[in-house]
Amino acid sequence: MITLGHVYLLAGLVFALFALLGLTDRSNPKRFGNAAFWGLVATSMIAGDWLGDFGNGLLVLALVAIAGTGQIGRAPGGEIPIDVQATRAATHGNFLLLVALIIPAVALAGTFLFKWLPGLADPKQATLISLAIGVLIALAVGMTRLKPPLLLPLQQGRRLLDSVGWAAILPQMLASLGAVFALAGVGEVVGDLIGTAIPQGSLFGAVLAFGLGMALFTMVMGNAFAAFPVMLAAVGMPLLIKQYGGDPAVVAAIGMLAGFCGTLMTPMAANFNLVPAALLELKNPYGVIKAQVGTALPLLAVNIVFIWLFAF
Amino acid sequence: MLVLIGILIIIAGFVLRFNPLLVIMASALATGLAAGLDIAAIIAAFGKAFNDTRYVSIIWIVLPVIGLLEAYGLQQHARNIIGRMKGATLGRLLTGYLFLRQAFAAVGLTSVAGHAQTVRPLVAPMAEAAAEAQSPALTDDEREEVKAHAAATDNIGLFFGEDIFLAIGSILLMKGVLEGYGYQIEPLHLSLWAIPTAIAAFLIHGFRLRRLDRRIRTIGEGGA
Repeated sequence: MITLGHVYLLAGLVFALFALLGLTDRSNPKRFGNAAFWGLVATSMIAGDWLGDFGNGLLVLALVAIAGTGQIGRAPGGEIPIDVQATRAATHGNFLLLVALIIPAVALAGTFLFKWLPGLADPKQATLISLAIGVLIALAVGMTRLKPPLLLPLQQGRRLLDSVGWAAILPQMLASLGAVFALAGVGEVVGDLIGTAIPQGSLFGAVLAFGLGMALFTMVMGNAFAAFPVMLAAVGMPLLIKQYGGDPAVVAAIGMLAGFCGTLMTPMAANFNLVPAALLELKNPYGVIKAQVGTALPLLAVNIVFIWLFAF
Repeated sequence: MLVLIGILIIIAGFVLRFNPLLVIMASALATGLAAGLDIAAIIAAFGKAFNDTRYVSIIWIVLPVIGLLEAYGLQQHARNIIGRMKGATLGRLLTGYLFLRQAFAAVGLTSVAGHAQTVRPLVAPMAEAAAEAQSPALTDDEREEVKAHAAATDNIGLFFGEDIFLAIGSILLMKGVLEGYGYQIEPLHLSLWAIPTAIAAFLIHGFRLRRLDRRIRTIGEGGA
């Protein structure tokens, strides 16, 4: 049976190859830092389950030390010239599009297949496993037809990863910080603070505090999932549902979506907001957030009004 | 109260633009110490969580495929497709993508699109090509804005589509938390209440995309 463990092994292999190729790139003055950084990520993927909690913690400290002291960076150049790309696009155009669509198509088909035919792959991880299989199929199809130099996909992939840099592990780091916050009881303290700040006797005031609190606390934690239990315990349950008799389904569902408006406005949600800015090589790392604020704020107001209208 | 120091460190760190990895580590250590944990326990807790969330970083295995396809001209091809379509304006393109992303997410297909899989190789170059066609003298700042809006549209489509699906993580979380308070709520009931916001998100973001389209066009006409 294929499990998430196999996917981690594959990812570890890819990161290890990126590290090795990086090490041999003499045009990059930071090649040793890059190789160490991606080598550690590869180690985490392959051997994380055997390192123990403290061992994994030391690995993270090493990653932070390498990136935090500016030891990783990308070498200039390496792009395929635009005119070469244009000539190749004229010959291979629709085939490229087809290969690009293999990954989502396999992710989709595999998700259903593995649920219908249990035993082939872990059904709980069907989408991630299918995504990995889609990558392998797309690579095989592309290599067979295009016949590029053997290392070209890895070299170009490494160039893309180097342009993302340390931001590539930022989402994982923030998720881990969330775990430490939970352990330290940060959520309860914030919930108590917001709970005492609400004006008594005003239904709309309570709804407003709940919606704004969801968005603000999501911005701090980078994740509406972390904010939801805290805000429900502090405001949603005692005031909106118990005291004012609001419909719990509406309070929960739309409250969560108010939190999602917060996700659009915070650098803490790195995988949605900072990583794409790096991936698209934007000059402003906050460019994506800037583009989202204009939608997030009015939508937050709409969500607050929806709770007020539909729950009571 | 003292445990809130971690939040202050995060905010200050992001504002002062220190390396975020350093800021996160400092925040974790300060929060843990404020809560009375010892250093070794904090490092172990962080390491355990890092190991448990490795699936977040799996997405990078798509990079060799994207690198191969881009080397053979995928971005160029995406631009050419837009160039050949007469009615493909920036606004229509991104609004169409917004609708598709919401619709796919609403039936649980959240991973079929994304920043690495679709935005960088396809949507962003298409949006750029459409903007160039509308405004030949597109400045670098406008180009940045157009690409940023391609990523923003992906996020908004995902966030305000996925909760319509019954079995998505956030719906199951809500069900679980409400059960803890003694309320039995069907997932369907929760997911139906995501629909009004999904429609509002489509209207608000669609309106903003239309304004972006108009603005790019006006600049183009003014400059010609």
